[in-house]
Amino acid sequence: MTAVKKKGSQTLMMADPPYIASWASIVGPKESEGPWVKDFDLIMEDYLWEEASWEKTETKMLRETIKLALSNQNLQPQDAELLLAGDLLNQIISSSFAAREINIPFLGLYGACSTMAESMVLGSLLIDGGYFERVVASASSHHYTAERQFRFPSEQGVQKVPSSQWTATAAGAVVLQKSGTGPRITSVTIGKVVDMGQNDGANMGGAMAPAAADTIKTHFQDTGKVSDYYDLIVTGDLGAVGMTLLGELFIQEGVMPTPNFSDCGVLLYDGLQGVDSGGSGCGCSACMLAGPLLRKMQNGEINRLLFVATGALMSPISTYQGESIPGIAHAVAIENI
Amino acid sequence: MSIIMAFIIGGSICVIGQLFMDLTKPGITSGHILVGYITAGAFLSAVGLYQPLIDLGGAGATIPLSGFGHTLAQGAIQGVESEGILGAFSGGVAATAGGITAAIVFGYFAAVLFNPKK
Amino acid sequence: MGPKSEELLKNAQQEEYHHLVNRVKPKPPILQNCIWAFIVGGLICVIGQIIMNYLLNIGLNKVDAGSLTSIIMIFLGALLTGLGLYDDLGQKAGAGSIVPITGFANAIVASAIEFKREGYIFGVGARIFSIAGPTLVFGFVASVLIGLIRLIMIS
Repeated sequence: MTAVKKKGSQTLMMADPPYIASWASIVGPKESEGPWVKDFDLIMEDYLWEEASWEKTETKMLRETIKLALSNQNLQPQDAELLLAGDLLNQIISSSFAAREINIPFLGLYGACSTMAESMVLGSLLIDGGYFERVVASASSHHYTAERQFRFPSEQGVQKVPSSQWTATAAGAVVLQKSGTGPRITSVTIGKVVDMGQNDGANMGGAMAPAAADTIKTHFQDTGKVSDYYDLIVTGDLGAVGMTLLGELFIQEGVMPTPNFSDCGVLLYDGLQGVDSGGSGCGCSACMLAGPLLRKMQNGEINRLLFVATGALMSPISTYQGESIPGIAHAVAIENI
Repeated sequence: MSIIMAFIIGGSICVIGQLFMDLTKPGITSGHILVGYITAGAFLSAVGLYQPLIDLGGAGATIPLSGFGHTLAQGAIQGVESEGILGAFSGGVAATAGGITAAIVFGYFAAVLFNPKK
Repeated sequence: MGPKSEELLKNAQQEEYHHLVNRVKPKPPILQNCIWAFIVGGLICVIGQIIMNYLLNIGLNKVDAGSLTSIIMIFLGALLTGLGLYDDLGQKAGAGSIVPITGFANAIVASAIEFKREGYIFGVGARIFSIAGPTLVFGFVASVLIGLIRLIMIS
């Protein structure tokens, strides 16, 4: 017995694909020095943005991104019916505190850096299910709130290794609608938690790559699409090391999406910014999607995009207790149809 | 001459730490390095191997945290010799009290005066 | 397939993936890191030696000069951390800026500044030793153990 809209084991097909009617992204200073500065809606000049703490800044980033995404269609926050948001901080305070001021029904999500895809998966299902007309899906991260929670105080002299990644200071939001114009979400694949026993906190890409490989392979199996169906398959934040590993796993698994395959963590910065393996954090894939990638879809440069945000589901406590790092990836198929 | 020896011995002691960070398992952080050095310095000192290094390198051996471990160990040993069992508990801390208190007090005042940059 | 063979298969897959990761993962530039660590670590010790020589010259005894040198070096580490320079140094110098006592000061001051926004008591006060605390724990334990062993040896 299979549900009507479910195809294969993990993929859900949209009967009436929801529109991504508008979107917005806000990024920090370092992200604005990368190749995509003109594609973001707002650039923060510093890491505080006139707030008293980095946590307050992240809340403001997420809140303002959500407002901007709606105002790009001349809408107010109260015109949206539901907010889906998540971030990296304990008890997802950035999202809850942003929702406190947005004042619409709210579901807080945690999928580590896969949160943008998780929020879009749920948002599109709720719309295609006929429960909502307009849902905002969003995610954020801030370099210094994440560093102090997961790693070291910002002023501590720590030497980074070449496989480490830079948590992006960025937020992205998309407005999903039952009707409208824009790229549409045609199917989503909900990923499984995959743990290949990696425990190197300085190589998150290596921990997440098997989850990305599993979800992408399942998506193609479930939908029966050929691997060059998409103009671009873009993973969330595997970074250069994780992306190389994913390429190797593709070969092992018989999936061959190259050369139309890239990674938001690799794309977000240019090579000279001292980010080692690349970007990471919820905001990395969120701002790349709700900025350059959707802009390219709008312009027709990309017509079929498979967005696969990846997350590493460890906590500082699990790390100290010697647990390995479980990974997850969700796929969202976005098409101009 | 003492300056050249301090450079060579101090630099070499740091290189050992660097090799630990780069060659052993991932996740060796500054916390591990600091703990390793203070403990290793204390035990090397207790068996009489650290003093020759100080005779040779001066500040090159006392400024690394292993030198702090040496001071802790020698403080405890001298404490025991002059005060018995009480000295085992008070000697090490007494010998390093200046440095530890300085770190706490400067840390506090740095927090009052400075914010994390950026 | 029984649960045992499933577990064996999973272990084998993890093992294989582990090898793949090790093959792909870029290695740290060990020689370059060691040269930086040697030069920066050496220079920090040289500053210590200069201070020490000066203090001995103005007539302090060896023990006091050593203590005062430590305190001055801790002050310098704290100042550079407060000014936001020590973390940049650490990125280049690695162990060269961690191992000297200035690195110990950096760990304490960085934590103190970082948690200021959570208040002076539970932020600064409680978290100041979040990284350097273990150092003191193990240092003190080692010191007391050494003292007690010495006590047994002389009695």
